[in-house]
Amino acid sequence: MSGLRSFVARRLLLGAAQTVAVVLLVFALTEALPGDAAVALAGDQPDPARIAAIRETMHLDKPAYERLADWATGLLHGDLGTSLVSGRPVGRYIADGFGPTLLLATLTLALLVPLGFGLGVLAARHEGRLADRLISSVTLAVYAVPEFALGVLLVTVLALQLAWLPPTAVGYGTDLLGHPAALVLPVLVLLARPVCSLSRLVRAGMIDALASPYVAQARRYGISGPRVRYTHALPNALAPAVQQLARTVDWLLCGVIVVEALYVIPGLGTVLLNAVAERDVPVVQGLAVVFGVLTVVINLGADLVAHRLAPRAGVAA
Amino acid sequence: MYDERHPGLHRRGFLAATSLGALALTGCGTGDSDSDAKSDGAPKSGGRLRAAFAGGGASETLDPHLANLFADVARAKALYDKLADYGADLSAQPRLATKWESNKSLDRWQVTLREATFHDGRPVTAEDVLYSYRRIADPDKAFRAKASLEPIDLEASRATGQRSIEFVLKRPTAEFPNVLAAFGAYIVPAKATDFDKKPIGSGPFRFVSFAPGRSAVFRRYDDYWEGAPHLDELEFVVANEESARVNALLGGQVEYAHELNPTTARAHEGKGQIEIVRLRNSAMQAFCMKTDRPPFDDPRVRQAFFLIADRKELVDGALSGAGVVGNDLFGKGYEYYDDSLPQREQDLDKARALLKQAGAENLKVTLDTSAVAAGFTEAASIFRDQAAKAGVTIDVKMGSKDSYWADILNNGTLCCYRSGAMPIEAHISQRLLTDSTTNATKWQHKDFDALYEQAQSTRDESARAAVYNRMQRRLYTEGGFLIWGFADWILGTARTVRGVETKAPANTLDWARFDKVWLA
Repeated sequence: MSGLRSFVARRLLLGAAQTVAVVLLVFALTEALPGDAAVALAGDQPDPARIAAIRETMHLDKPAYERLADWATGLLHGDLGTSLVSGRPVGRYIADGFGPTLLLATLTLALLVPLGFGLGVLAARHEGRLADRLISSVTLAVYAVPEFALGVLLVTVLALQLAWLPPTAVGYGTDLLGHPAALVLPVLVLLARPVCSLSRLVRAGMIDALASPYVAQARRYGISGPRVRYTHALPNALAPAVQQLARTVDWLLCGVIVVEALYVIPGLGTVLLNAVAERDVPVVQGLAVVFGVLTVVINLGADLVAHRLAPRAGVAA
Repeated sequence: MYDERHPGLHRRGFLAATSLGALALTGCGTGDSDSDAKSDGAPKSGGRLRAAFAGGGASETLDPHLANLFADVARAKALYDKLADYGADLSAQPRLATKWESNKSLDRWQVTLREATFHDGRPVTAEDVLYSYRRIADPDKAFRAKASLEPIDLEASRATGQRSIEFVLKRPTAEFPNVLAAFGAYIVPAKATDFDKKPIGSGPFRFVSFAPGRSAVFRRYDDYWEGAPHLDELEFVVANEESARVNALLGGQVEYAHELNPTTARAHEGKGQIEIVRLRNSAMQAFCMKTDRPPFDDPRVRQAFFLIADRKELVDGALSGAGVVGNDLFGKGYEYYDDSLPQREQDLDKARALLKQAGAENLKVTLDTSAVAAGFTEAASIFRDQAAKAGVTIDVKMGSKDSYWADILNNGTLCCYRSGAMPIEAHISQRLLTDSTTNATKWQHKDFDALYEQAQSTRDESARAAVYNRMQRRLYTEGGFLIWGFADWILGTARTVRGVETKAPANTLDWARFDKVWLA
């Protein structure tokens, strides 16, 4: 167990270093973009005196390293800084955007796990037969449709033609849970590709495991079919799928910009998109920290779960 | 200057009446069901209207002086009033002010306020006006309207009564009412500083709730000075993607969608599902030539470019036909617009001859553009092909859309340009004087400045119009703006929505105005 503990400690340290690197990179890239928050705010009224005045009120006239140092000092005290554009705390931007993002991610995940694993196992059990061929070809076809196209298609058919579902979540931003019907389409779009990749991974893993010597050995001992499949073969098949699942969770939490824009869901992706357009550096950096930490934690969690499922495979540092 | 007891006698009253006639005609032209929709008479009270705008995300504020985007202005005008606002011809119409009168030399103006109350019942007073203007003009802040209020000497201006103010100006300003109508010059209660918690204004709607980047809910203000709005409630929702705004409208999630694409409008116009409203003359579309540097420092090259443009093709291609051609002058249909000048047409032979005279054969120019506004990149490539026919090679350069306007102000020689509606006087003072803050054509001529000053110190309206005509003729002949079109501003409304004014370029009083709207 101590080996595992030092592995976790090493991974956390590495993760912290990676997050710092991401934040520095994001800061440098945002600085490198043409124009700053003052220019973006001035818009089509680029009166140089006004831009200079805005720059001064935003303290953008200070050198870049000083602004970064100020922000980093605040971060050490748990303060993510304040938005250049609105003067509101960055923490509130993230808290407000995190609600819808988390809701979508949770719903998607709650459906993704049973669906993905279920379909994968089902296909593996009927390898080469009709069920397998049906699942494999449908998942491949759905996987090939970009999420934007799928989103537009679903809106057109299910919301506008058939009027079964509301086309967007516009105006429900403050109370998404109160309008569950508005969440169906975005969750469907978010679900589409991950279900395909996950079920195909599970299928492949299951087929490998079922063909392995230890499964054959178990069968020779007369262990029942379901027990072989679900307690011996499945855990080994899950290890690669868990890594894939972690990447999906990461994607769901760190801004699903296309789906948010299409269905008007004010999550973190929207916050990020606006902040970059406004050159609101503190908000962009705050998001970089949050995304960095989330990515590190989720991937670490996935490694631990994979290790637990298939200890012999060892942990990939 | 304006007496509200006899509105019909006023010249602008007449203009408004003719515009109503035009409105009725367009209503009839688009089929029976349409004219039914427009003509059903008496407004009905009640209901909630949801309006979708592109917005500013989580950074949005209800501070009316920080208004920047269309969504900001639409919310600001629901909660607040200005002293004046722009009519359909961009002339100043009295709002909180009932009357304005100047002294002989046009540098002192007496403004009388109407009897109006803020949402908390307090009367709107001269003190509130002076507080609001001083807040906007605060040298430590960078409010957008600050430049517009610059002619006012706010130190010397004072309240002469509860509802009367004497504005002392730094110089004669015949168009002072335009200052009162300036973008963002809203009146807030004296000492107001926090606008996001519970903002109080004197506008037709009062505050209920606000979630930045998501929604703002307002309720009818029963004691509004112009009469209570028909709607019970008004909700502004934010949807940045045009497709999302259209889908929400088609799906019955909103009743009003602002800023639609011409292709969307064509797809749904006259289909009966939603109503498409086109606000004409809303956005000037131009190419901007820097007149202080080669090759455009030679007026013959500028004239040649005027003749290269096939304006019809530009309107059809870049605006998908949603607009009208321009004549190299700003403000078609606005007060003081000189429509006596002949419409310029493409004349490639003459353009080639002019270029030859100027020694600019085989000219190569870089045209700056960006995806910052609808139709920019399309206009650039269409014009590149048109110029090629006259032997001019245009190299189209794409720029960043977030910093485009600042980038093109002093750099480059030729760029795509666009402007929202503003009075012709404001266009001149902001862009065409030696000390203008956003002079993108670098049009700097002392004699032109002098004409502007002359106009501003001319009391007589027709004499002033004559001076504006002189200035416009000069710009028509050799100015730096190649103004090829005026784009429609396109809205969509649900079929139940009535009372949306169609003769209202974006940014004018009747644009995004919800107190006169009702649900049938």
